[in-house]
Amino acid sequence: MNGHDWLGPVRRATFWAPLGVVGALVGLWWLAVAATGSLIVPTPGQVLLGIGELARQGLLLRHVTSSLWRVGVGFGLAVVLAVPLGVCMGWFHGVFVAVNPVIQLLRPVSPIAWIPLAILWFGVGDLSPVFLIFLSSFFPLVVNTTTGVHTIERQYVRAARNFGVGGLRLLRLVILPAALPHILVGMRVSLGVAWLVVVAAEMIALDSGLGFLIMDSRNAGNRYDLVVAGMVLIGVFGLSLDSVMRRLETFRAIRWRDGG
Amino acid sequence: MADRIRIKDVAKTFLTRGRPLLVVEGIDLAVAETEFVALVGPSGCGKTTLLNIIAGFEAPDRGEVSVDGMPVTGPSRTGIVISQLGSVFPWLTVAGNLTFGLGDLPRAERARVARHYLAVVGLQGFEHAFPSELSGGMLKRVEVARALAVRPEILYMDEPFAALDALTRLRLRLELRRILAEEPRTCVLVTHDVEEAIHLADRIVVLSARPGRIQDVVDIPFPHPRRLSSLEVVALKDRILRELGVEALTSGAD
Repeated sequence: MNGHDWLGPVRRATFWAPLGVVGALVGLWWLAVAATGSLIVPTPGQVLLGIGELARQGLLLRHVTSSLWRVGVGFGLAVVLAVPLGVCMGWFHGVFVAVNPVIQLLRPVSPIAWIPLAILWFGVGDLSPVFLIFLSSFFPLVVNTTTGVHTIERQYVRAARNFGVGGLRLLRLVILPAALPHILVGMRVSLGVAWLVVVAAEMIALDSGLGFLIMDSRNAGNRYDLVVAGMVLIGVFGLSLDSVMRRLETFRAIRWRDGG
Repeated sequence: MADRIRIKDVAKTFLTRGRPLLVVEGIDLAVAETEFVALVGPSGCGKTTLLNIIAGFEAPDRGEVSVDGMPVTGPSRTGIVISQLGSVFPWLTVAGNLTFGLGDLPRAERARVARHYLAVVGLQGFEHAFPSELSGGMLKRVEVARALAVRPEILYMDEPFAALDALTRLRLRLELRRILAEEPRTCVLVTHDVEEAIHLADRIVVLSARPGRIQDVVDIPFPHPRRLSSLEVVALKDRILRELGVEALTSGAD
């Protein structure tokens, strides 16, 4: 009997079991709406129709892409700044001692608390949510990168020095690959938080994005089918972003820590 | 035979909880070009510190170390350390590890050298394997091959096989002797395993308890391959163990 046959039932179960739970919840939702005769809370069918309506009007693509774009820019900016800072903090004790208290002080401040200042500094436009996403992504990334570099086992650095590898080559050949598992965890956490924050940030202002869709649908005519449609889309795209990051982590050279 | 390593009056003090602790003192030793010297001593006697000083990872407080007449100022590819911890990079394939120290060679030459030394340690065909797929003994072979690949003059070994099971340890010792017969190198081995030292070394330097000083230097005259069960070997082992303060083993009067 080969491994695939043996795993077959397990694979089928991991596919069908969660689908069954989702199906059951959707069914309950539908029944509850039907039973209470609610005129406000939409049925799953109405939500699907709502998504279809958004797609036909081209709004689906517009809201999704502008949310994704903001997350991309803010998150990208955070990666570009937080990873080098984290590497410096992990490698140079002096930098860690000097910078870490500030990081720890700012880290627990919710990005949502920055919204008034963001509006003050960047106005009501694309820049404010990008700034908030940058902030929310920055701290988990710095912390995880620092930990990753801190915990590099000394014998690897010693061996590299023994082979005459130092400076930037040490960074590229040893420090970054050794810290990469931690950096990727930081990126996954950051991206998750960024997705939470973009939706919240878009609720305040602007004219596009999934957060805007939700608030606008409620304000302009109590379209609760579109409100829930927005929520469903947020969930689906959040899950997709996370699975992209998970996929990244499964590459052999990256996943070395879990043993291949 | 010329001296490869010269150690003159080396001493090292560490600060532990603010108090100075003399670790090694008055070490004078010369190691010849193709000689295999083992440093044995009780734990905490500073043998690893001494090895780190010779290999350039730590500076002595007094005295000096020179390799081929040049003072040692830091680690270099002249002498590669193989330690108990193991330092095969887990994010690189076996081939990637072997070519790690060969950055200055053309790509084709790097691959050729890697293949050669992989064959030397009996791991041909494992080029593309990741370290997590290998056993402890295989990882140690990769580490030895990676060290040999940069053609070092010296191999520094700090309890290199201590983390392995007894059978693998014995097998790797035999292989190390075979490799050294094919490609002679200067070797300095730190170990607390007297039998391992007798099995491998030409000369055993017995260090005293801290602060480590050279207590005795024992030549091992037996030709390779050595039979560990021979009477002379057993007698020598008992003698060295007695010097290390382990008495009861030979008397049997317990």
